[in-house]
Amino acid sequence: MTELMVQTRGLTKRYGRGDHVRLAVDSVSMTVRRGEVYGFLGPNGAGKTTTLRMMLGLVRPTAGSVSVLGEPAGRPEVTERVGALVEGPGFYPYLTGRDNLMVMARYRGLSERTVDAALERVDLADRGGDRFKSYSLGMKQRLGVASALMGDPDLIVLDEPTNGLDPAGMADMRALIVALARGGQTVLLSSHLLAEVQEICDRVGVISEGRLLRESTVADLRGSASLAVRAEPLDLALAVAMRIAGDDGVHVLDDRLALELPASAAPDLVRQLVADGIDVHEVTSRERTLEEVFFEMTGSNRNHENDEHEEAVR
Amino acid sequence: MNAIMRSSRAELLRLRRWPAVWVTLGAWVALALMFGYVFGYLAYKTGDNSFANEGESMSSVLQELLPVSVPDVLLQGMPMFGGALMMVLGAMVAGSGYGWGTWKTVFTQGPSRTASVLGSLVATTVYVVGTVLFTLVLYVGVSLAIALSEGQDVVWPSAGSVLESVLAGLLVLEMWALAGFALGTLSRGPALSVGLGLVWALVVENLLRGVGNLLGAIEALTHVLPGTAAGSLVGSLIGVDAGGGTPGVVDAISGTQATWTVLAYVVALPVLSLVLVRRRDVS
Repeated sequence: MTELMVQTRGLTKRYGRGDHVRLAVDSVSMTVRRGEVYGFLGPNGAGKTTTLRMMLGLVRPTAGSVSVLGEPAGRPEVTERVGALVEGPGFYPYLTGRDNLMVMARYRGLSERTVDAALERVDLADRGGDRFKSYSLGMKQRLGVASALMGDPDLIVLDEPTNGLDPAGMADMRALIVALARGGQTVLLSSHLLAEVQEICDRVGVISEGRLLRESTVADLRGSASLAVRAEPLDLALAVAMRIAGDDGVHVLDDRLALELPASAAPDLVRQLVADGIDVHEVTSRERTLEEVFFEMTGSNRNHENDEHEEAVR
Repeated sequence: MNAIMRSSRAELLRLRRWPAVWVTLGAWVALALMFGYVFGYLAYKTGDNSFANEGESMSSVLQELLPVSVPDVLLQGMPMFGGALMMVLGAMVAGSGYGWGTWKTVFTQGPSRTASVLGSLVATTVYVVGTVLFTLVLYVGVSLAIALSEGQDVVWPSAGSVLESVLAGLLVLEMWALAGFALGTLSRGPALSVGLGLVWALVVENLLRGVGNLLGAIEALTHVLPGTAAGSLVGSLIGVDAGGGTPGVVDAISGTQATWTVLAYVVALPVLSLVLVRRRDVS
């Protein structure tokens, strides 16, 4: 059963009136499935947070709809099954970290034990008695995640959860998110850090300037692996390569050839090149990183490696 | 109902641990004690005819300090600085959460916005009730101590007059707290709402009442304003001195009309807060 945890249809948020209209979110249709870690990826100001706010019922959509756990977003029976950290942690500065969680636990009708467990989970147990305002950015962020975890919600929405964390903290946070997903909880994670998303997410939605550019698995998004070959003379090598990978499967990049072939095709390729008297200097198998794909999609990188992936974007 | 209970318990917890709340309430207690008893008692002991008791005989000054006068003393500070401090309280409770992002967090916990705001209002009201009752107990204690130390017979006020004063005090303070809450909600912050609210309650209404003496239209307007209503409600119970007496205590409208006007505010202000919170985008 693939139950849809989140489904948005043509979700749109427009700010301002008259000449100063700004489309923060432009007809975004996305789905988050039960049990997955969904990465919501985009540069700062792309509309990630606004979309998440609409999913949580904090902001009313201008157009379109969003349903969470099968119901319209923002209903009490939905929000009590969703844990969220959106746009930075919002807590009472004069209260201790633990008291802040106590307040939220009371709103949720949860016990004191839940609070201690949540503090433990984000490694804040020994600092729970300190005031929130004395926390570092990373600790504040972790308290926000702790609050989102309380009561084992079905869906956990985390907006840039690694903001302000040091590398060790980031690694801990990633491990925590993976553990949550293994425990059966669905995690919707927004991030501008591609490495992070690549590492822990099952599916990703890429958003830029308010539009959802693509939604797919990480593997699909990155495309298949390719082989890069540096050989001389290049024209002869190209002929051999085309014989193996097909006419459309080879691209020339400066002094190299890029073949759309898996790494397992390398020995055969090298054998044929050598048999034809071609000098092979280098053969490497490479996978595109999400970062490369992302920059291509959002158009912030001017060196497109080839056209094929641009096609995919459209 | 359950959600409102949960919200109220959460709000009570965070208000109890909020130093600013205790500073505000402490300011009320200090001011109430000073203007209710300390200055009067000093004047009585020193026999000094200061501005506060000019023309009064010493026995009437003492009379004001004895238990029998507790219902009057309880109310006299409420229209003016009692109300102002409760407005500060209400504005802090409602307004601070927007800057801190805590309303955002609260609205994603489960209880609906209506339940959350009602819970917050309930918690604020608990503090208003507590303030009035604490002040009553404090005044009874202080006036009893004065009566005993001055060798006066202890005459208790009638239960009816105490109840009347407590209810009127609750209405007046609750109205101002709710006004602060509505202002804090409207401006999404405590600073602007506290500032404007205080200028309104302490300055503008007094000025308008002054202008109202000259212009009929303005006078009609002042009769429906919260400060006039609260002042008249108190004035109808404790009487207004000929010379103007206690600031904020007036007799612009009848006690009945004042009560209904204050009640109308007590109903309308939370409705305004609720409508605002339910409609708005929270970021």
